[in-house]
Amino acid sequence: MSMFNIFGVSGSAISSQAQRLNIVASNLANADAVAGPDGKAYKARQVLFQSMPGNDPGTAGVKVKTIHESDAPHRRTHEPSHPSADAEGYVTHSNVNPVEEMVNMISASRSYQNNVEVMNTAKSLMLKTLQMGQ
Amino acid sequence: MLEQLTSRLGTLSSALQLRAARQQILASNIANVDTPGYQARDIDFNAALTNAMQARNMPGLTHTSQGHLTITSTEGMIGNPLAYTVQTQPSLDGNSVDLDQQRANFADNTIRYESTLRFINGHVSTMLSAIKGQ
Repeated sequence: MSMFNIFGVSGSAISSQAQRLNIVASNLANADAVAGPDGKAYKARQVLFQSMPGNDPGTAGVKVKTIHESDAPHRRTHEPSHPSADAEGYVTHSNVNPVEEMVNMISASRSYQNNVEVMNTAKSLMLKTLQMGQ
Repeated sequence: MLEQLTSRLGTLSSALQLRAARQQILASNIANVDTPGYQARDIDFNAALTNAMQARNMPGLTHTSQGHLTITSTEGMIGNPLAYTVQTQPSLDGNSVDLDQQRANFADNTIRYESTLRFINGHVSTMLSAIKGQ
């Protein structure tokens, strides 16, 4: 038993949060994308976390279980002159909610920072443990 | 005589190991702050230390057959006091981590780990000066 597991636990959380940030970036980048000729517009994605039991009792890391695609209705606007308009003159936009994504981004960034701090604390404690008895 | 020199170190080392175990559990809680359905864990430090002290004073288990199992140190250390924290604000996804509380617990545990380390260092230097007779 040592505190080395903290690096595994916090490291898994950091990489999961980084993946969440990636997904948020992808959603925000495609927020204004419209449907192509196939009529399918971008669907907002969201990561689903799952805990991963560690070696010692009570410890658990995090992993990304699945990436879920939102089934929210797409925004449609009537723009018959738009090159991507369908037969009825409607343009289908992505179903990304930018406000939701910004909140998600802040939350992911805070969680990331928290885990970095946990790692730093564990590191300094272990360095002090190394100097025990000197 | 030698036993008297190191008896206090035994208590302190149990305390240090338990603090390290608790640090890992708290790091897991912080890592899983966004995992749906995750239940925050914690240990009752007093009960765990009492268990560890009793385990230390108990004579080791006698193996009279090859099939007998050995108690691993971690299991024996934490044992039953590993519990779930009380939820203050219920969340819709079933996650019971209160980040503020966990951060406070983590900082508290860090200080206590470090103070245990200092007690050990102080004890070692006291014993060394006693040996040197200066």
